[in-house]
Parts: sequence; structure tokens; C-alpha cells
Amino acid sequence: MTPPERLRAALRDTPHAAWLEQALAEPGRFTRSFAAAGRRTGRAPLPGAPGWTADEAVRALLLESLPPGRAAAEAHDLYRHGDADEKRAVLKALPMLPAGADALPVTVPLLRDAIRTNDARLLAAALGPYAAHLDQAAWRQAVLKCVFMGVPLSEVDRLDERADAELAAMLAAFAAEREAAGRPMPGDAAALLGRLTGDRTPEET
Amino acid sequence: MRIFDPHIHMTSRTTDDYARMAAAGVAAVVEPSFWLGQPRTGPSSFTDYFDSLVGWEPYRAAQFGVVHHATIALNPKEANDPRCRPVLDLLPRYLDKDRVVAVGEIGYDSMTPEEDDAFERQLALAVEHELPALVHTPHRDKAAGTRRTLDLVKASGLEPGRVAVDHLNEVTVGLVHGSGCWMGFSIYPETKMSPPRMVELLRRYGTERVLVNSAADWGVSDPLLTLETAREMLAAGFDEDDVDQVMWRNPVEFYGQSGRLDLSAVTGAAEPTFAGSSIKRGGE
Repeated sequence: MTPPERLRAALRDTPHAAWLEQALAEPGRFTRSFAAAGRRTGRAPLPGAPGWTADEAVRALLLESLPPGRAAAEAHDLYRHGDADEKRAVLKALPMLPAGADALPVTVPLLRDAIRTNDARLLAAALGPYAAHLDQAAWRQAVLKCVFMGVPLSEVDRLDERADAELAAMLAAFAAEREAAGRPMPGDAAALLGRLTGDRTPEET
Repeated sequence: MRIFDPHIHMTSRTTDDYARMAAAGVAAVVEPSFWLGQPRTGPSSFTDYFDSLVGWEPYRAAQFGVVHHATIALNPKEANDPRCRPVLDLLPRYLDKDRVVAVGEIGYDSMTPEEDDAFERQLALAVEHELPALVHTPHRDKAAGTRRTLDLVKASGLEPGRVAVDHLNEVTVGLVHGSGCWMGFSIYPETKMSPPRMVELLRRYGTERVLVNSAADWGVSDPLLTLETAREMLAAGFDEDDVDQVMWRNPVEFYGQSGRLDLSAVTGAAEPTFAGSSIKRGGE
């Protein structure tokens, strides 16, 4: 199943599916429906779609329904004028947007904006599968920011695949700063550093 | 004791305030959009501010266990600046947001024709978006401004029970009491209203349709004057239930009319967050 199919399957037989259908039938109210989704469906985790809440799922499917020619510009606009939940939904929906490589100059800046914020939920949402479009330097900085802000590294898509020697050096420097300050290094970051340098992690010693 | 501050400008306050408020029982706040002391010169500085009221500020509040909602409007003072007025066309988009529970602060500053127009248009937006309205009354010529406010509200078609008229005092409270609108009082260290005077008004007018707020902002103000007023009520013989009505159930009832008040974080249901944050630096 593709990611949108998975979300649709998870919504099937819930009242949210009926609301989504109604919203899709009124394209003239698209922006208002997108804004209202949270209070229509609630914000509880969606059983059957791990990592997704009901409002995020219906918002993602609203975006996924857009005509390819408009999808990227619309996502950009919804993010620009969105509250934190709407922004998070846009970020999570980017991989399923009906848009090709020519949309990247419009969509990748949204990831960069989210990474600049100090909202842990936005930072985490920016490091999903769509972060494949971030250059390595920006991605490393974002991962380090997760460590700094206490965002679990399990939120980062393809972490081990992408982590490199430069990230290891940055983590080692961060660990040294933490040690000098007498503050602990988060366990998941220490473990990643251990995997990258071949050392055993503190937990294993 | 649980306290809901129905009018406080947290953007202007520090994390120390959030920590002290949470410790004092202030578990929920509504932040009305207002002017920032320094005049704005265009719509985009309003939208950045509105974005913050529905984005960063609720997130900041949540780090301290305080639930944050907002009201959105072009304030009366800046309604007079032609450079700012185009923001009126951008308001509908923000009035659709989940955490926006009223149109406000609207009302009068100097009672100019421009203020009349912005006030009227925004009352119409409240009707259209099915939201209550939070109305500021002027610092100067307050009684005349309050009368004119009530006339405009009446003409707007918005039910009086969906309108709060704020910053009242001994001179203006009677007008609003008779109108069916909610009566808002801002307890300030020196001006507007003090805890003992507030208690006297509660004795005279009762505890229904009353909203008590700190209206704390970037000026001389104190986010804990709601608590101080609650204590003064108890000392004057009001019971715990009266205090709970004024300090919690009344604001819940007023803003609850929006259908968007989400107090699940206070009442138990947890929203997804992460343990650490960059505000409580150090992850404590």
C-alpha cells in the first residue's frame, strides 16, 4: 500500500472518513476545511496509522487530492498561514503530494523553515522521508538540533543510512561540551555516536 | 484553585511568569491580539503576530502546563492607520483556526469613523465565523465609548450573550449589566480595577456573566492579580464555588461558545509532545 492508501484504510469506517468525503466534495471551501479539520476529527492518534493523528491524516489526504499543477503552491500557502498543527500536517504530507521534482524549490524551503523554528513537533515532522531532499549539511544540523532539543532520534527517517563521519564529529564535540558542563548526553545520541565510531555505547559498558 | 485568565498578553511576558502562573493555578489563558506598544506599519507584521498567537505562543505555554487560546482582530487604535487596515481582509483566514475562540480585541480607542467601520466589519466577521466577540472599552471618555459600543453590538445582530465588554469600572458596569453582554474587568496594580473594588462589584452585581482578567502585557501589570482577586473574594465571604464560577467556569462558558475551546490538556487527555524543549533549557 502507498502511504495515502494506508491513511485511507486507517480512516475507513470512522466518522472522519465521512467528514473527509464531504470536505473533498466542496473544493471551494478547501482552505476552510483544512483549517477546521482539527476540531472536526479531533487530534487523537489514529489506530492503524502509527505516527499519525486523525487531523494530520485527513489534512494529508486533502493535500493529496489536489491537482498536480496546484499542489505545491497550495501546500506552501497552507504552511505559510497555518497554525502549528496545520504546519505539521503539511510537512508530514509532503512525500505524498502529487508534485514532481520541479516542486522542490517550493517545498524544500518549508522543511528549512520548520527546522529553524524552536517547535520540537515541527522539527521532528521536517525529518521524515521528505528530508531526503535536504542537502547533507542542512540534514546534519537538523539532526544535531534534535539532540539539542530532546527530540528522539527515532523520529529521523533513515538515520543510520545517512549519518556520516562529519555528523559523528559534531556529536563528539557536543558530547564534550555536555561533559564539560556536567550534563548528560541523551542516550540515543550517545548510542548513535557509538555506532558511527565503532565504540561501545555507555549503555553497553 | 483553578484559574482561567480570559485576557492576558503572554507574548509580552517571560517564562518566569508562565512558571509562577502555573504554580498559582492558572491553567488556561486566552491571549487577545492587540497593539504592541510600537505601532505597526503594514499587514504582514500583523500576520506574523497572528501566526505567533496560533503557533509559537501556545507551544511555549504548553511547556509550563498552561493551555493557550487566542482571539484575533485589528485593534481599535491601529484601525486608524491606513497602512494597517488591509489586514481586515486577511482576518477571515485566522478566524478559522482551531485555537481562535473569539474576534477581539475590537472596539473603540478614540471613537473615530475609521474605528466605527473596523468595529462594525469585525462584529460581522464574528457572526459569519460563529465566534463570540471580545470588546475593549476606551481609556478616555469610557462611559460614552461604552454606550456607543452597546449600540453597535445591538445593531450587529450578534447575541449579547456572545459579547464580552471589557475593562469596565464602577461607572460603566451598570450599562453593560443591563445589556445582557458579559462584563469584563481588568485587575491592574494601579489603574483600571483593583481586587477590593472588584469584590465590591461582585457583591453588587453577582457572579454571573462576569470575567475577571489580569490583562497583563508590556506595561505595569501583574499576571497573578486574578489569584489575588480570588483570595480577596474568599476573605470577603464568597465561597469556593463562587470563586470557581468567576475564575474558571465563566470564561469556559463564554469562550466555549466558539465550539473550539480545547481544555483536554488540563482535564487529562494528553496531546503528543516530546519530553525535551528549547524553552525549559536543560530538559528539566
